[in-house]
Amino acid sequence: MLTAVVTLAALGLVAAFGLAMAARIFAVETDPRIQLVEEALPGANCGACGYPGCSGLAKAIVEGAVGIGNCPAGGENVAHTIAKIMGVTYSGGSERMAAIVLCGGSDQVARKKFMYNGVRDCASAAMIFGGDKYCRYGCLGLGTCAGICPFGAIRMLPGGLAEVDPAKCTGCGKCVDSCPKKIIKMVPAKRTVHILCSSHDKGAAARKACDNACIACGKCVKAAPPGAITIDNFLAVVDYGAEIPEDVAGECPMNTIVVRKEPSGCESCAAAAAGGGAV
Amino acid sequence: MPKLILIIISAVLVNNFILQRFLGTCPFLGVSRRVQTALGMSGAVVFVMTMTSVVTWPVYHFVLVRFRLEYLQTIVFILVIAALVQLVELVLQKMSPALYKALGIFLPLITTNCAVLGVAVLNIQKKYSFIESVVFGLGGALGFGLAMILFSGIRERLDLGDTPLPLRGTAIGLVTAGLLSLAFMGFTGLVKM
Repeated sequence: MLTAVVTLAALGLVAAFGLAMAARIFAVETDPRIQLVEEALPGANCGACGYPGCSGLAKAIVEGAVGIGNCPAGGENVAHTIAKIMGVTYSGGSERMAAIVLCGGSDQVARKKFMYNGVRDCASAAMIFGGDKYCRYGCLGLGTCAGICPFGAIRMLPGGLAEVDPAKCTGCGKCVDSCPKKIIKMVPAKRTVHILCSSHDKGAAARKACDNACIACGKCVKAAPPGAITIDNFLAVVDYGAEIPEDVAGECPMNTIVVRKEPSGCESCAAAAAGGGAV
Repeated sequence: MPKLILIIISAVLVNNFILQRFLGTCPFLGVSRRVQTALGMSGAVVFVMTMTSVVTWPVYHFVLVRFRLEYLQTIVFILVIAALVQLVELVLQKMSPALYKALGIFLPLITTNCAVLGVAVLNIQKKYSFIESVVFGLGGALGFGLAMILFSGIRERLDLGDTPLPLRGTAIGLVTAGLLSLAFMGFTGLVKM
């Protein structure tokens, strides 16, 4: 017993001592800025930049492989902090994007084919007859996107819909990939008018499945500036490159079009934003 | 000398670590999606398995046998292998950044790999001498590499094929691995050890 303990401890000590010496002798000097840049990055390791994690991007930025504004999640603030560390000026990057779930079919308005009692995961639900809603394009409401969001920007509404908070969304795009229905889109965060429907079903069929469905009546197309909204395969689609006046939303007979301002829904966030506090 | 050649042939073909002993199936399925990563992994395994044989043999025969602690071999081998891999990683990072980059993430991954532990234990079970142990470690690793590269080549082609939906990914990978293992059974009896 004693020999066993002593031998193991001795072996461990020898190994530890050897490693400690080796770490001393073979220490590789790294650029101290890599550490600083990594601390400035969000640290969510979301992978939206294309590197394995924040440390990978930090290394690439310091080595000059990519520009300082290459963290899609961090946006302007992070870019400015990194600019300070790197001693360069940040000239501004691309437009800030935010995700949006293009479905307005909550449990109150969208009809269901059956009761889904399986695994609480959208991908699983989508495998059974394409989900429990009549509408093949509807949000399944099981929160796979909310679970995958590294920034807690997606919450599940009581009606079984996912909602993205554009103020918290960093535009990493993880939810877009996670949605089995492919109804989450990345749009410029400053846009406020959205058509919350992805159904390409014909008008009558869409209306039967959901009270908030786009029936492709074309009223919004006429009310909006030319080309800003188009009908694509029985679905009105917003061209996010164009400015759309907010009163277009009132034209929609199905209440599919909504105006969503930043920050959405939650009152405490709005109050915090108004008071200038951090959300 | 002929025995050493036989040990290599046996370890590579007849008693292949992955396909006949079913050791190291985790990296076999995990990093075999592309030939490039499979090559990196195989390189790291060749390195670590040979080094493991070099180090564990003396530790067993000069430390454990001496204190009659043979029953501690598993835990001691894991300790020694983990420390060794760490050391190799440190040295590589300093001496050969190119090699470090190539083997990179694979080195820490295989510290506690069962194929690596397996080679250390088998060396003892088969009562190999020091030279034989080292050759067995090298041969086993080469066999590991052979299986990895064959399998990743097949998987790259499988990705392009029209696999039925329920079989796609790991499922067809496992079926392929089974067939590959079956093919290697053809080498049975090639070498009498």
